[in-house]
Amino acid sequence: MSKSPNILLPALGVTGIVLGGAYGLMTRGYKADEAELARAQAQAAQAQLVEQQAMASDLKTQIALVQDTAKAKIAELEARPVVSASLTAPAPERDGAFGLGREALPEEIAAWDVDVLPDGRGLPVGTGNAYDGEELFADKCAACHGDFAEGVDNWPVLAGGFDTLGDEDPVKTVGSYWPHLSTVYDYVYRSMPFGEAGTLSPDETYAIVAYILYSNDLIDDEFELTNENLGAFEMPNKDGFVIDDRPETEYAAWSTEPCMSNCKEEVTVTMRSVFLVNTPEDGGSESVMNNATVDGLPSFSASGAAFIPEPEAKPEPEVQVAAVEAPVDESAALIKAGEKVFKKCKACHEVGAGAKNKSGPQLNALMGRTIGGIDGFKYSNAFNAAAEEGRVWDEASLSEFLAKPKAYMKGTKMSFSGLKKEKDLEAITAYLASFAE
Amino acid sequence: MDEMHKPSRRAFLRGGAAIAAGTVAGGASAQSADPLITDVQEWASITGVGVDETPYGMPIEFESHVVRRNVEWLTASPISSINFTPIHALEGTITPQGCAFERHHSGAIEMRKEDYRLMINGLVDKSLVFTYADLERLPRENHVYFCECAANTGMEWAGAQLNGVQFTHGMIHNMEYTGVPLRALLNEAGLSAAGDLKDKWVYVEGADASSNGRSIPMEKALDDVLVAFKANGEALRMEHGYPVRLVVPGWEGNMWVKWLRRVEVSDSPTESREETSKYTDVLEDGTARKWTWVMDAKSVITSPSPQMPITHGKGPLVISGLAWSGHGQITRVDVSKDGGITWETARLGKQGDTKALTRFYHDVDWDGAPMLLQARAMDETGYVQPTKEQLRDTRGENSVYHNNCIQTWYVNAEGIAENVEVS
Ligand code: HEC
Ligand code: HEC
Repeated sequence: MSKSPNILLPALGVTGIVLGGAYGLMTRGYKADEAELARAQAQAAQAQLVEQQAMASDLKTQIALVQDTAKAKIAELEARPVVSASLTAPAPERDGAFGLGREALPEEIAAWDVDVLPDGRGLPVGTGNAYDGEELFADKCAACHGDFAEGVDNWPVLAGGFDTLGDEDPVKTVGSYWPHLSTVYDYVYRSMPFGEAGTLSPDETYAIVAYILYSNDLIDDEFELTNENLGAFEMPNKDGFVIDDRPETEYAAWSTEPCMSNCKEEVTVTMRSVFLVNTPEDGGSESVMNNATVDGLPSFSASGAAFIPEPEAKPEPEVQVAAVEAPVDESAALIKAGEKVFKKCKACHEVGAGAKNKSGPQLNALMGRTIGGIDGFKYSNAFNAAAEEGRVWDEASLSEFLAKPKAYMKGTKMSFSGLKKEKDLEAITAYLASFAE
Repeated sequence: MDEMHKPSRRAFLRGGAAIAAGTVAGGASAQSADPLITDVQEWASITGVGVDETPYGMPIEFESHVVRRNVEWLTASPISSINFTPIHALEGTITPQGCAFERHHSGAIEMRKEDYRLMINGLVDKSLVFTYADLERLPRENHVYFCECAANTGMEWAGAQLNGVQFTHGMIHNMEYTGVPLRALLNEAGLSAAGDLKDKWVYVEGADASSNGRSIPMEKALDDVLVAFKANGEALRMEHGYPVRLVVPGWEGNMWVKWLRRVEVSDSPTESREETSKYTDVLEDGTARKWTWVMDAKSVITSPSPQMPITHGKGPLVISGLAWSGHGQITRVDVSKDGGITWETARLGKQGDTKALTRFYHDVDWDGAPMLLQARAMDETGYVQPTKEQLRDTRGENSVYHNNCIQTWYVNAEGIAENVEVS
């Protein structure tokens, strides 16, 4: 669709040339009339005129041709069903630019144009090894990706998984799956650590990338990764990808007139939904294992279901509680609201009976607890310093910390931007305080 | 406010009782006069809400269940995660922005229009920086397009998983975009420096912390890609990339970079994380397809479906669904009630939308017997939406992405629908 103005362009261009030619013919005709002396010139002009007329008619045929093609094209476009998704005619284009936007400055381009190509183009000068990388990784990455890049809880695994790509559950890691090392540098430099992107220096990034390679047994700890050798580094799965071949492998085969009747003799249900999903009023969803089996379901033939099964025993439907306002305890309501806010923390923290450290420390008995005081949890230096000073959590400090973690505790590795709403802060503090032990 | 709500709550309770009575009475003949008709209702007597009450309206409270929902255990953190459009409860084709699914890699960010910058650089005659105001001065177009995450229906590779069309097919939305063709911006920067455009690429990236970036072949970039700043007539929502996002019609949602900040003309793809580690499709033998950009033809019945049981018993039943294709227009949708033995051609709600959602209807008389409901879409290329079996035969079960299988709902005699797989 967008091509239609371009189709007309050549036609307009040719018209321009023809008009110019006709103007030339007129002035020459006037001059030829002037003087006897000019007769010879006139004859020459006459000859030219004939020639130009021939050219003009030649051009006219050309125009006609171009116009015909254009007409045909337009007709072809018009013959297509109305494409109502295009709600406007295509935006007009200019041969030259509109002259909008300003020229980008070199330092602006340098600041944003940092992506790295597979051959290493775009890499900044720098170097690093796994030995240095190990410490950086432990400090900046391990809380989520694990000390050995093996992944904590649900956070991405970065190492291992070799020879699993053809298995039932392939483990796709930097080592087992990524085709180019450039991508690791590019991604870590720009997008990690999660919650603190863009803070790594090139040397730190080379060291961390080297450590990820080391965790995947792809280099030893002395290997020096640099902008010189990164582009040439060969990843195990570099040949593991083919360019989209659906046009050859699928489109032709799946573009035949489909069957409309008696397409199969019999159809049976082979699998039922693994999870039932509750959709609570306050948002989100709860997945519940579906214990129903396919036994007892009818098979189907061209005449429909073989039989009508007895209604399955259903758990009592939730009774719609009439909108009578129960007298609510205000603090209970606040704690309940806090439970909802805690959803934002759950990725990293547990609280309550049996709570364990995840990528963040467990949060039981928090009020009065030493800041950075859980044994065996690897805190940042900032937290360790607070622990040494003997500082403890109370409602005020907790609230201040959670409003702006990075401002309250400079250097914390808690990747959380903070709770903006006063109400949320109040609620989460009340909620956490409710787990006295 | 409160004074107004109290009486209406009483009215609501009374209304509820009336509805229950109505259900018992059944459709055709009422046994007793309906008090909703015979009694003067509060709303027919007391006045309602004034025009100064709601500067920007939200859906009425009775529709508060029609919301995006996430599935917590799918991802490590809600900051890098996805939620699902309530397509079971929507009609027509346009998705309201407020319930259109979100996918972020580092959370949705708040950026003012005044702070927006778009850089065009790389193999161009002149590297440029545009402000939001600059974009508003270039000729605009309006188009309706669907945006589908490549992972939509991805869980179904491993069999029937979550029971709800919102969760199996809800990583999709369909909006009317206003924007400037990317072609126009590239033209401003000039492409002579790029030489032969055939083997060139643009690399597009966002301004958020994930700086999500994708490589797009130049041919597509010059075709129908839009730099959009409005959707459904109003500003984009924060969660969809306010103030500016890329629209890549028919291609996987990950390429529709939000908070678009840079377009670089290049002689090779970047092979970024989002086009190597992710959004590549592992086949049975462990090799993977890359650059699988187009979303193939697909359809699904949105009602009845697990979240939309049949509650009215036998008789007239509207089967309603959505169909779409990244290759162009949907030309036909067939519906089966017996798991694919017999098919009937459905009625398309509106014809001709290209790379946009098409609504289809199949109006039937339900006899109250169990059904295995399926829909099968065809697009303008003649492509027919495949079965799960066809997909698994060519790709195995580990692809994660691009599952456009025919979906089956088992509807029992009580009208309850469930996500199932069939032979
Ligand atoms: C707070 C948790 C957290 C921290 C700390 C963190 N990451 Fe990540 N990382 C993530 C999440 C979440 C993702 C997936 C992001 C997405 O969905 O796009 C990820 C993705 C990655 C990936 C891509 C994985 C894949 O398979 O595609 C790499 C590589 C990575 N991180 C490296 C690092 C490095 C190196 C550091 C330290 C400098 C780091 N991360 C720190 C949470 C974290
Ligand atoms: C992305 C992971 C992550 C998220 C999300 C997160 N935290 Fe944390 N949190 C951490 C880590 C890691 C630490 C340790 C910080 C350090 O060592 O610098 C921490 C520390 C804390 C501490 C101090 C505990 C102590 O032992 O002194 C509290 C309290 C806390 N978090 C509360 C919260 C609350 C409440 C939320 C949600 C509103 C939250 N966190 C969200 C990762 C997270």
